[in-house]
Amino acid sequence: MKFTLKIWRQNGPAERGRLVTYEAQDVTPGMSFLEMLDGVNQRLIGNGEEPVAFEQDCREGICGSCSLVIDGIPHGPDRGITTCQLYMRRFPDGATITIEPWRAKAFPIIKDLVVDRSALDRIMQAGGYISVNTGGAVDGNVLLIGKDQAETAMDAASCIGCGACVAACKNASAALFVAAKVSHFAILPQGKPERTHRVSAMLEAMDREGFGSCGNQYECEAVCPKSISVRFIANLNREYLRAGIVEAGLPGEPESPHAESV
Amino acid sequence: MRKLDPKIPSGPLETKWDRHRFSEKLVSPNNKRKLTVIVVGTGLAGASAASTLGQLGYQVECFCFQDSPRRAHSIAAQGGINAAKNYQDDGDSVGRLFYDTIKGGDFRSREANVYRLAQVSTQIIDQCVALGIPFAREYGGQLANRSFGGVQVSRTFYCRGQTGQQLLLGAYSALCWQIERGQVTMHPRTEMLDLIVVDGQARGIVVRDLVTGRLSVHTAHAVVLATGGYSNVYYLSTNASGSNVTATYRVWKQGAVFANPCFTQIHPTAIPPGDASQAKLTLMSESLRNDGRLWVPKTMADRRSPGDIPEAERDYFLERRYPRFGNLAPRDLASRAVKAVCDEGRGVGSSGYGVYLDFAGVIEQQGFDVVRERYGNLFEMYHRITGEDAYHSPMRIYPAPHYTMGGLWVDYHLMSSIPGLFVIGEANFADHGANRLGASSLMQGLADGYFILPYTIGHYLATARLPSIPEDHAESRAALHRVTSKITRLLSAKGRRTAASFHREIGTLLWNHCGMSRDEAGLKKALTSIPTLREEFWKDVMVPGSGDDFNQELEYAGRVADYLEFAELLCHDALHRQESCGAHFREEYQTDDGEPKRDDTRFAHVAAWEYRDGAVPLLHKEPLTFEFVQPTMRSYQ
Repeated sequence: MKFTLKIWRQNGPAERGRLVTYEAQDVTPGMSFLEMLDGVNQRLIGNGEEPVAFEQDCREGICGSCSLVIDGIPHGPDRGITTCQLYMRRFPDGATITIEPWRAKAFPIIKDLVVDRSALDRIMQAGGYISVNTGGAVDGNVLLIGKDQAETAMDAASCIGCGACVAACKNASAALFVAAKVSHFAILPQGKPERTHRVSAMLEAMDREGFGSCGNQYECEAVCPKSISVRFIANLNREYLRAGIVEAGLPGEPESPHAESV
Repeated sequence: MRKLDPKIPSGPLETKWDRHRFSEKLVSPNNKRKLTVIVVGTGLAGASAASTLGQLGYQVECFCFQDSPRRAHSIAAQGGINAAKNYQDDGDSVGRLFYDTIKGGDFRSREANVYRLAQVSTQIIDQCVALGIPFAREYGGQLANRSFGGVQVSRTFYCRGQTGQQLLLGAYSALCWQIERGQVTMHPRTEMLDLIVVDGQARGIVVRDLVTGRLSVHTAHAVVLATGGYSNVYYLSTNASGSNVTATYRVWKQGAVFANPCFTQIHPTAIPPGDASQAKLTLMSESLRNDGRLWVPKTMADRRSPGDIPEAERDYFLERRYPRFGNLAPRDLASRAVKAVCDEGRGVGSSGYGVYLDFAGVIEQQGFDVVRERYGNLFEMYHRITGEDAYHSPMRIYPAPHYTMGGLWVDYHLMSSIPGLFVIGEANFADHGANRLGASSLMQGLADGYFILPYTIGHYLATARLPSIPEDHAESRAALHRVTSKITRLLSAKGRRTAASFHREIGTLLWNHCGMSRDEAGLKKALTSIPTLREEFWKDVMVPGSGDDFNQELEYAGRVADYLEFAELLCHDALHRQESCGAHFREEYQTDDGEPKRDDTRFAHVAAWEYRDGAVPLLHKEPLTFEFVQPTMRSYQ
């Protein structure tokens, strides 16, 4: 198979970027999209040219490193997968494919297709944790957690932090990312003591980092490689509303770990 | 000759760790604040250690080469984590987990270390639940378990097929808290390239900022390496492409001894390699062997499609060789059996390197829906990668390098042979002997990071004399110089070949001569070929760009250069170990029916290698003594 690639090249955050055309030759249908790009890079290096910088690591859809916008869609045309899980048999022979980086104010470009996603880490540092010391934890079966509740928490927790949700959103909002983490902890009894502080702190950090607000367009869910539901954003809004009430000094619901979950 | 003292506490096995902890010296809270610890790597071991040390009050400087600590390769572990909780009341205990692990490792690990691992395993689960990890639950709300890897009890805790991800995100969230508190300073996209040793103590590291290319020196009172394993020396493996040997290898060159490098685990069930462009091997969970049957045609080069081969002309080779365990034979034996039938010319697929993993039987007996519910995600993954539908024709699988039991030698304190340099997780050699059991790598990473290192490092910091050193100490400058000259050399070769082409070549060489089975002639051949290839590399490698900015090819070429040296150490170790044990199979040492022959009189030791400039590495032996269990022959027939 043969493809024409239009790839975003940009030397650094301060430089102007542009689309450059490359030919991908000797591609087989069984090659992954990233292996196809490896081939292009091997030829560039062989000619003494700088290869196209792109991010990847585990190549099995879990580390969240790979981050390409392919023909306008983060992680490409298929639902529920990362870029590294996309194979060339998905494209018609001879097609022209455009490859761009995640684009968002909060994700400055480092080089070519590599962006700086450390803003997501800083949101996590603002409150995406349960502050519990190592040692002295009670037995794992002391607090019972219903199967459904555990499964819902796991649905939210399966976020890989790739940032596709941000790249797909016209507001470049990180609402789905924040919602996944806030919901994961709010659902579980262990996360309840800090839920009020957590949601406010993480949303404030999201604003501070330059992410936009949620516009309820659901592009995030459509591109999420783990198909995380926008219903968690609804949950995020409820958590935020609840935090507002509790913080305003009105009597809130009890903060006991045994409190019923939402 | 250096004497390697494992510093194992005396007395009964059950109380060694408790007594040891009591006899350890402590650092007072006021003094902890004045002590800096460097942690390199943020997988399960590194993230749990960094967060716990931060919580204890040390100043922690934490480094990872990924863009975020959350992306370390622990994230990809699928199956689960073992713990001797005995929640199922099926006869599990600390003693049984200890015995399973030491037997699974073919009696090539230390009793005291393995017992401690089994002891702290229960605390890990409690800690992880407290951190909000959404483990699978029963309807009644209790933690669920599954059985794994051929043991006779159900002791594996799991989060769907993403246990590593959830455990790592838990440790990462604890790390985030300590970063927020100012106890940990995180340096992502920063790669450790050398160690600074001052007066025999590890006192710092040299790192490269992967965005700006800037090299810098970080000094500390102790250094902790949690930099993972070296399966990628084989080029194709199930590891992430960034996983590498550089940190542990460069530390070896500064005097830390390296133990049992030849113990490399080859996992039996991965999707077979396709064409030359392939960059990684994808693991198909071990759980598939619960229901799938492995077979090849009885005759050589049988090109019929699997459905056209009648039952009588199929060889269900695992069931034939290991009637008691059948398709659930342990990883090392299963992998070698697959290799054997392919070497006979009976392999399937276009390359001939593959065997069928067939679900037709279970689909017929239990129905399509049951199989889909149990393995649907794996069948889907297989379909996505190969384009084939495993519900209707069998999967093809082939073994792949997956995990390395060998690593830097550490004593009971997890301290290497360089005082002040601690090594945790897959990067050390300690607990898995010659073969690791399923669901125990996550257990070991978190045991080291949450519960063992934070104690033992305190004793070192409380008792060692650690004068303050300036950042521009002569040893720092020397380390910086080593790094600079290596980078300059890589950039100035300006040859014709890419680093990847050398990586593939060394990987193929090792796979052929030091892979699933090894023999003296092959290992000696590899030992002559490697230096030639290395010379070729330095003459002909092409690394474009400069060292002063973001240059992925430069990072990669540096790692390949280290593989080209490390491969030699791996082969020396495999050559020295004239026995077959666990993952290490020497053709010369097998029974008439092809089973491994272990040699406890000559090889019941840890082989620990010391670097010598320009000479063959020097071997030190740490004898393994078994006071509490009797080494037996592993038989699965």
